[in-house]
Amino acid sequence: MVLIFADQTDGQIKKQAFEAISYGAKVAAQLGTSAEVLVLGTVDADQLSALGKYGAQKVHHADNAAFNAFDAQVYAAAIADAATAAGAQVIVFSHTTSGKAIAPRLSARLKAGLVAGAIALPDTSNGFVVKKSVFSGKAFAHVSVNSAVKIISLNPNAFGVQITDNVAEVVASAITPVAGKIKVTATNKITGTVPLSEAELVVSGGRGLKGPENWFLVEDLAKEIGAATACSRAVADAHWRPHHEHVGQTGGAVAPNLYFAIGISGAIQHLAGVNRSKTIVVINKDPEAPFFKAADYGIVGDAFEVMPKIVDAVRKMKSAG
Amino acid sequence: MKILVCISKTPDTTAKIAFTDNNTKFADAGVQFIINPYDEWYALVKALELKEAGTASSITLVNVGGADNDPIIRKALAIGGDDAVRVNAENGDSFFIASQIAAIAKDGGYDLVLTGKETIDYNGSSIGGMVAELMDAAYISLGTKLNATGSNLTVSREIEGGEEDAELSLPAVISCQKGMAEQRIPNMKGIMSARTKPLAVKDPVAVDALTSIVSFELPPAKAGVKLVSADNPEELVRLLHEEAKVF
Ligand SMILES: Cc1cc2nc3c(=O)[nH]c(=O)nc-3n(C[C@H](O)[C@H](O)[C@H](O)COP(=O)(O)OP(=O)(O)OC[C@H]3O[C@@H](n4cnc5c(N)ncnc54)[C@H](O)[C@@H]3O)c2cc1C
Ligand SMILES: Nc1ncnc2c1ncn2[C@@H]1O[C@H](COP(=O)(O)O)[C@@H](O)[C@H]1O
Repeated sequence: MVLIFADQTDGQIKKQAFEAISYGAKVAAQLGTSAEVLVLGTVDADQLSALGKYGAQKVHHADNAAFNAFDAQVYAAAIADAATAAGAQVIVFSHTTSGKAIAPRLSARLKAGLVAGAIALPDTSNGFVVKKSVFSGKAFAHVSVNSAVKIISLNPNAFGVQITDNVAEVVASAITPVAGKIKVTATNKITGTVPLSEAELVVSGGRGLKGPENWFLVEDLAKEIGAATACSRAVADAHWRPHHEHVGQTGGAVAPNLYFAIGISGAIQHLAGVNRSKTIVVINKDPEAPFFKAADYGIVGDAFEVMPKIVDAVRKMKSAG
Repeated sequence: MKILVCISKTPDTTAKIAFTDNNTKFADAGVQFIINPYDEWYALVKALELKEAGTASSITLVNVGGADNDPIIRKALAIGGDDAVRVNAENGDSFFIASQIAAIAKDGGYDLVLTGKETIDYNGSSIGGMVAELMDAAYISLGTKLNATGSNLTVSREIEGGEEDAELSLPAVISCQKGMAEQRIPNMKGIMSARTKPLAVKDPVAVDALTSIVSFELPPAKAGVKLVSADNPEELVRLLHEEAKVF
């Protein structure tokens, strides 16, 4: 059995969980076994049965409010119990902030090898080998998992969500939480914008934009296409933009379908955080800017002239349908 | 409070990534190695702040690796810390490394273990969580703030689209990233004193690795950038819509 952990916050199953279920269902098919999902905490029944369409055959729901506040220790203990009771061979997580906290604990608890940041289905032709991202996106490693139970933490946006016409059976899980040691006191979410880590489209600005007053060049396009905004470290360090927008080696790593970089030179440390993007567009007035080497599309030109025209063209395209 | 700071060695952020021995080994010839930035800038400096504030009584650095890691450990000691332990083991997966760190933490009675958020070469984000489980301690991953009064901690961690605050008490393991502290440059006094700080070498405890790396692979070269004229930005929008299909 392949057990997929579907993470929720505030009663909403996280988007990345759908992708993890799609992935887990494929792994289950590969191994000739069933794909089952575990949800911890308070979630509506219709959300649970809807998980079938990503390929889950069964959804185990531990409907206990004690799971609504996050404690990796409590979660890992519960998932370990569920996995052991159901005889899971493979346990799948999404490599999100909570996956990064729980999966290693579970690995140590079950003595089950973990591949953190997987980007492809396991190769089971000779053992159990999973490809993962290493060297901050600059290379891949093929990692063999040598334990009986295997844990895979899947990089968001590496596999994609796949819709099936499967229907899931929802069953109540009897798992009870152990006493936690962490008391969550507040969650502060930035509202009104797409969180960077979940964004499929990202528009990002660098020092080439000269100052925070020019950020409309980034924001106008972002608004038009529904993208999240990001920036280079130089920009965050200059306090032109908040630090949570900083991407790269020492900032956040993103893997959107589109990374649109304006006035960013493309230093190797910047690329480390964005090189898993599917399509990279670079607007830079310097034809020698290193970013062009990592880009799919580009314009050599002045962002102050080019960007308003691009926003206009997007508007026209949208109104043309 | 006794703090154990986990220090790892990684290739410099600008190092060329290539592999040898039939793609089974990182080509380290001519590569400069550094302290993993998250360990240096955030985990270590946070520990120093806690000691300066009088909350921490001692800071020990731990590294699992061969003797060629000693220069990196000394570099870290130049920034701060009272002493260091190196567990003498060349290879091993995340679980092996975490088991070594947990053994040191338990034997030495450390009640706060700080790690970086991830190594910039393996990108596991795994060691901290494993150590916490092996110590039966609370774990905060991707920590952005940490304050301590006695054995009570208040912390913040990154979550999707924001931050979460929490309270906990020792023992605890916290993985550190930006927000935690500000990078410090070692001064002459630090560099001099680092030479004489104790660096103990210990044998590893016997643990079987759970995973192993079979081979490495470089991403396929990009097809090359398709340049659009600055006079015709409309063409870029058309390509993104019709060819790349991103919107
Ligand atoms: C250990 C380490 C870690 C680091 N981590 C990160 C990280 O996580 N993220 C990160 O981003 N950086 C990181 N850096 C810094 C990185 O090396 C670069 O210094 C930084 O990314 C530069 O930011 P930038 O591209 O915005 O600025 P610049 O390098 O100054 O580039 C500005 C660009 O804008 C172009 N430009 C200027 N005017 C215009 C115009 N009118 N129209 C169009 N283009 C224009 C210029 O040609 C230039 O290419 C790190 C560095 C180190 C040493
Ligand atoms: N060999 C090692 N010795 C000591 N600490 C390590 C070692 N490898 C990793 N760490 C610590 O664990 C953190 C996370 O590493 P990783 O799980 O590999 O991403 C690093 O930032 C270090 O603080």
